[in-house]
Amino acid sequence: MGYEPSLNLDCQNEDTEQQIIRETFHLVSKRDENVCNFLEGGMLIGGSDYKLIYRHYATLYFVFCVDSSESELGILDLIQVFVETLDKCFENVCELDLIFHVDKVHNILAEMVMGGMVLETNMNEIIMQVDAQNKMEKSETFIFQSTRQDR
Amino acid sequence: MRGLAVFISDIRNCKSKEAEVKRINKELANIRSKFKGDKALDGYSKKKYVCKLLFIFLLGHDIDFGHMEAVNLLSSNKYTEKQIGYLFISVLVNSNSDLISLINNGIKNDLASRNPTFMNLALHCIANVGSREMAEAFASQIPSILVAGDTMDSVKQSAALCLLRLNRTSPDLVPMGEWTARVVHLLNDQHLGVVTAATSLITTLAQKSPEDFRTSISLAVARLSRIVTSASIDLQDYTYYFVAAPWLSVKLLRLLQCYPPPEDAALRSRLTECLETILNKAQEPPKSKKVQHSNAKNAVLFEAIALIIHHDSEPTLLVRACNQLGQFLQHRETNLRYLALESMCTLASSEFSHEAVKTHIDTVINALKTERDVSVRQRAVDLLYAMCDRSNSKQIVAEMLSYLENADYSIREEIVLKVAILAEKYAVDYTWYVDTILNLIRIAGDHVSEEVWYRVIQIVINQDDVQGYAAKTVFEALQTPACHENLLKVGGYILGEFGNLIAGDPRSSPLVQFNLLHSKFHLCSVPTRALLLSAYIKFINLFPEVKPTIQDVLRSDSQLRNADVELQQRAIEYLRLSCIASTDILATVLEEMPPFPERESSILAKLKKKKGPGKVPDMDEARWNVNGNTEHSENTEPTNKSSPPSLVADLLPTNRPRPASYSPTILSAGNMAPSHPFTDLLNMNSSPAAGASLLVDVLFVCKNNGVIFENQLLQIGLKSEYRQNLGRIYVFYGNKTSSQFLSFSSSVTSSDTLKTHILPLLRLLLTDLSLNVHTMPVDPTVEGGAQLQQILNIECLSDFSDTPVLNVQFRYGGTLQNIAVKLPVMLNKFFQPTEMTSEDFFQRWKQLGVPQQEVQTIFKAQHPMDTDVTNAKILGFGVALLSGVDPNPANFVGAGVIHTKNTQVGCLLRLEPNPQAEMYRLTLRTSRESVSQRLCDLLSEQF
Repeated sequence: MGYEPSLNLDCQNEDTEQQIIRETFHLVSKRDENVCNFLEGGMLIGGSDYKLIYRHYATLYFVFCVDSSESELGILDLIQVFVETLDKCFENVCELDLIFHVDKVHNILAEMVMGGMVLETNMNEIIMQVDAQNKMEKSETFIFQSTRQDR
Repeated sequence: MRGLAVFISDIRNCKSKEAEVKRINKELANIRSKFKGDKALDGYSKKKYVCKLLFIFLLGHDIDFGHMEAVNLLSSNKYTEKQIGYLFISVLVNSNSDLISLINNGIKNDLASRNPTFMNLALHCIANVGSREMAEAFASQIPSILVAGDTMDSVKQSAALCLLRLNRTSPDLVPMGEWTARVVHLLNDQHLGVVTAATSLITTLAQKSPEDFRTSISLAVARLSRIVTSASIDLQDYTYYFVAAPWLSVKLLRLLQCYPPPEDAALRSRLTECLETILNKAQEPPKSKKVQHSNAKNAVLFEAIALIIHHDSEPTLLVRACNQLGQFLQHRETNLRYLALESMCTLASSEFSHEAVKTHIDTVINALKTERDVSVRQRAVDLLYAMCDRSNSKQIVAEMLSYLENADYSIREEIVLKVAILAEKYAVDYTWYVDTILNLIRIAGDHVSEEVWYRVIQIVINQDDVQGYAAKTVFEALQTPACHENLLKVGGYILGEFGNLIAGDPRSSPLVQFNLLHSKFHLCSVPTRALLLSAYIKFINLFPEVKPTIQDVLRSDSQLRNADVELQQRAIEYLRLSCIASTDILATVLEEMPPFPERESSILAKLKKKKGPGKVPDMDEARWNVNGNTEHSENTEPTNKSSPPSLVADLLPTNRPRPASYSPTILSAGNMAPSHPFTDLLNMNSSPAAGASLLVDVLFVCKNNGVIFENQLLQIGLKSEYRQNLGRIYVFYGNKTSSQFLSFSSSVTSSDTLKTHILPLLRLLLTDLSLNVHTMPVDPTVEGGAQLQQILNIECLSDFSDTPVLNVQFRYGGTLQNIAVKLPVMLNKFFQPTEMTSEDFFQRWKQLGVPQQEVQTIFKAQHPMDTDVTNAKILGFGVALLSGVDPNPANFVGAGVIHTKNTQVGCLLRLEPNPQAEMYRLTLRTSRESVSQRLCDLLSEQF
């Protein structure tokens, strides 16, 4: 199970954050297939001012929490763009990629969503940026790769 | 980073939560020792450990160290280290003041680096953290990055959103300035990503200061038009599953929703063309079977419909939008049905499309019954609520009630509130209302909040005609063995007030009523028992024959020694009261409750609170007013709005007896003055005056100025003006003699001649006897031949039929003179004329078709039947004279609204003269029986 918080919620408190994640999972996971992909947020998220918009891919749920300034269907498509981008960057993305490369997933998401706002929607543009980062990373890794035992 | 991967694998291999925690604690200890160790860590190790901390944090564990290392990484000039540093800081937002200046320093360097990757990382960090400290440090710098000519596109995008974020978190710190004009021009940028980000920014800024960004309208329309109508080749890669730049289109349509329709005709038609094209595309066959294609296309379509609804100015577009949504209501995609229901809800409040929305009622009701998804059903309930009006209210309320039986618990309370509001608002006869609310309590008693049952009691008390029915219905409902406690509350209250109305039937004799209530007494909570005790003491007053039975109950140990103080006190006090008070006193203390002052329905207030402001669709006040039922409309009195009187104070019987000032009966008893004005008149020394003042009623119905009283000593003249429910009367007292009047004083009594239960009807404020307050003598005198002026302020609280009386007292030649004159303040003085077309008139006439709403009288003409005089009299009566409405030109038709403090009563009248017979037929229709009757009485004496 995966959860992508694209939260622009000003919750500074880690406990609340964890509670929100649990509540959201609870709300989303018990829903049938073929019901609609939007639901009003739970109590912690801010009630009816926020909506949860989610998509279900195999074992993963991708959940975005948005306020009324975003189009519901637009966000649904954005999730699709995100997943397609992940798929290209990881070559057939699977759950393990997301777990073992949390930082990379965050970086890809950061190319699309920034501070809770949609930054870029064009997949080619996003992949171009990610590739550029990978290139920089590789050049640095090549020089600084440590040879010591790595624990 | 192999170490990280190994760690993650270890965690995944943990067999139990305990093992996982153990492994994590081990790792945390390891990282802590590395960070504290003497050996300086290289960048790679730091990066690895910080990454591990991040992972641990994302698993849901607290991380309280590592920030310093992250800041070190962020300040590194290697991309990979910088990136991890920023990521850690962005995710683990911590307003650690020691570090914030270090972080800000790193950001500052990166912003100045001219390296787009570094600049982007810095901007991302500011946007993600969004703290005030960061806003203070950078809010003034970002606009210049955004509009600088040499800034890279990707940086511009980030800068725009960063500014938007800071504007949301600390709007006061984002300076407006010459950059705003240049931001608008980003709408013309080549790079669609930049345009999208800029549109988001402009939309938010335009909501706050629309004038500054008005130029964005034309640019947005032009951009939209190019996207919507162009072939998709020139859109770089922003075509998504065959849809041209859907996200940008959505954003542009959002931006346009900040403004009214463009005034410029060319621009407006270009926009209309765009919207039509979008609607047309919805009908075209899909270019791809993929759901992504239809999602993107429909995202734009829904936004276009939102703009059409926002403009609410093009009937054709509105109807097309409504039809399109109607198609979606039956679509196989649940998402589309959901969104269609949601959009239609806003469409229902537009006057152009309200009727069109109503045609989908069956589909929506079907959705309520068959949708599998509670979110969709919830939207269906919202839409039914929004589309409800007088024509379909019975059907909608019935459907909501039947849905309520199986509704999800999460939305039951809201449905209960909605049903209660609709039932009240569209109740043509209140028996239906009472039935509906009792059904609500039966079906979902637990979800019926206090506001709902308070309200039904308020309405029953205020509507005389439904009281008997209500008593009968609650009596029957209480027969069910397991009735809900809320029903018992309503039942106890209503039988206590109006049980006498059904006591004639042996099946509901006083004793039967009492036994029925008391049979449930022991099963209910303390507040309900307290209410029932009050009902019992009311029974003692209503039905002397059950007094011994009830006294026995009150006297029992379970009451007099009840552990609950409130119950014990009530039992003791009520018992004592029933023993010592005389019948009269008992009748006074336990009198029927006076009507509640009208105010905003507390249920509506609750629903608003529940849904948040702006979430309750406007129920179209105008339409509602036309129907004549304004009794429960929003109270416009500012004082009531700011501090709504507590309902509980009004309702709970603990407050009885009410403060003397509230109860007219107690007031008059205290004054010990005979309240019938005619007795005063007969006591007067001057008999012709008495005759003259009797006529005041008739003479002053249609005029506002003149002499209302004259005898050998004194002349009283009036000038009066009225606006809505307020009036001001200038009273002139002329001393006709050459001697002084001593101890001159005046007062106004507005007590009702009938002993009714109505609140004081007119609030008369005597400002002063002379205009100058300060020179007013303690013992005023009026010199011979002098005139004294007085101002009376009048406020009409509710409709009334009694005339206030002006009492004047003074000494003349050693004799005390008492003069009482009726003040010509009649209900019709509070008319505001209403002009309307013939069509409107007959529509409203039909709407007021309930028999009680119409009063008709046929009478003989007292004066010559002159058309002009009649016209003048009808105008003087206060209504608008409508010509060309009645098919018979000889008839007179008028319309107006009576303004009282709490309600407005629409009034239509028709006067048909029959010159041959010298007769008139006068017909009045208003939403209130008492008003129709009173106006008819007043006007029929005029001709």
